[in-house]
Amino acid sequence: MHITKDLVAASATPLVLGILAEGESYGYAILKQVNELSGGQLEWTDGLLYPLLHRLERLGHVESAWETPPGGRRRKYYRITDQGCAELVEQRRQWAAVVDALRGVWNISQSITPITAPAWEAGR
Amino acid sequence: MIVESNNDLEAQIAEWRAYVHRRRELLQTDAEELEDHLRSRITELTEAGLGADEAFLIAVKRMGSLDELSREFAREHSERLWKQLVLPGEPEAPAAARSRRELLVMMLCAAVAALAIKVPALFGLDISGDDAGFYVRNVSLFALPALAAYFGWQRRLDRRVIGVLALLFAIGAVAANAYPLADDSQSTVLTAIHLPIALWLVVGVTYAGGDWRSDRRRMDFIRFTGEWLIYFVLIALGGGVLVLFTAGTFDAIGLDAEGFINSWLLPCGAMAAVIVSAWLVEAKQSVIENMAPVLTRVFTPLFAVTLLAFLVAMIWTNEGIDVKRDVLILFDLLLVIVLGLLLYAISARNPAARPGLFDKLQLALVVSALIIDVMVLLAITGRITEWGFSPNKTAALGENVILLTNLAWSAWLFLGFLRGRMPFARLEHWQTRYLIVYAVWAWTVVLAFPIIFDFV
Repeated sequence: MHITKDLVAASATPLVLGILAEGESYGYAILKQVNELSGGQLEWTDGLLYPLLHRLERLGHVESAWETPPGGRRRKYYRITDQGCAELVEQRRQWAAVVDALRGVWNISQSITPITAPAWEAGR
Repeated sequence: MIVESNNDLEAQIAEWRAYVHRRRELLQTDAEELEDHLRSRITELTEAGLGADEAFLIAVKRMGSLDELSREFAREHSERLWKQLVLPGEPEAPAAARSRRELLVMMLCAAVAALAIKVPALFGLDISGDDAGFYVRNVSLFALPALAAYFGWQRRLDRRVIGVLALLFAIGAVAANAYPLADDSQSTVLTAIHLPIALWLVVGVTYAGGDWRSDRRRMDFIRFTGEWLIYFVLIALGGGVLVLFTAGTFDAIGLDAEGFINSWLLPCGAMAAVIVSAWLVEAKQSVIENMAPVLTRVFTPLFAVTLLAFLVAMIWTNEGIDVKRDVLILFDLLLVIVLGLLLYAISARNPAARPGLFDKLQLALVVSALIIDVMVLLAITGRITEWGFSPNKTAALGENVILLTNLAWSAWLFLGFLRGRMPFARLEHWQTRYLIVYAVWAWTVVLAFPIIFDFV
């Protein structure tokens, strides 16, 4: 299944903030975790994660530091800030509202047509 | 086997890194971060059983195209598209330590220059009073030695070269002060104008790192001069605003700041600005588009049109040029401007590019300036005997001849270039060689004129 670019972009911020809320992490690990969480459905272009992280840092949602783990490579770690936690709560509230609304829509449309993949989806 | 493929992989990663570094939107730290990502991905893929080559290709592919990446980075870091002056703040960059030291030395030199102009005051020479003539004659001797010292330090000049340059500065100081010149004599004014030029060219030797015979270094110095002038003017404008505010705000609380401004803020600020501008040009060299060639592009057509219109009007009205006393100076300045436009067009030109419309315009500008100047010279030679040779007139005439010679030969070379007979480099070579003539002339005016004209 292909998830459109807009959806990927919209869900990126809460996903990254959510992952960082569990503890500090670095780019590659975040990406792998997104992949696992979505069961491989969410495909990001690897590189584009970094501009996003930098934006979150500029907004003050996360902070970063270069660290060198013993015997490892120098790596940039990201950590969520208090403000980022607040943002995550806010995002969660908004997404819950969207999901609720969508659930309502699915329920209505389910009563009209049986739930099969529409013709234009199957062709992809 | 594994070692070999590791070497291959390192080479490939190095190549990729080189591509990333070429992107202005991506800073060193971004590149490092992305490289770390690339390496993590490659490790994972090779552990899953892929060869190093394949793993690299897939990892690069998954990273996304560099175009897209830099676009995203640019959107997030739009400030990077505005070429910024990188002050030594970025940690762990190998160049940072050096540029920080350079900043310190620059500030030291600027402080020396600023204080140097206050030294004569210790000996009772008042800058705003009767001794203004002393300051006018010596103005270049406060800041330019400091500037030369800065470049000498930065370029690690040879001791012998330093000795020769110090000697030249000493000669300049002697020439400016040993001759018994009255403050209002013509020679004082001439020295005040020509000593800075002579010493500026001495600074040029330090700028070239002692390698002053090299055409490339000389062209670099010409570029530097243009940019330096622009920065200096910009700083002067800012300084003007500062002066206005200082005067206004202190006036508002009933304090008169005029004395402070005239004897400290203006002279010290101007001297320090000489050094700071030079440092800015060097620091921003690769960061910002050079302004002098841009201004040249804008003003060459405008000046060409003005001069052509002037020529046509002169022929149309059949009116000879009214040869007043200062008309020579005016036309000297005109030639200097035309020469400047020519120089900075040359300095930014790709020597291999084919002649285009702009080059023709440039030639038209030079030729019309030449015709006008020849007319002026003809008109003046008729009356020069009437005036006799005063220092001012001799200097103005000499300069006119020097500039005329330069432009005439330039026009000839330019014509050859436009007709495809001569490489552009000839013109460049001619201009850089000609710097010597300016130096010789400036020193002649400073050293010989007062003697020739009996200290008038």
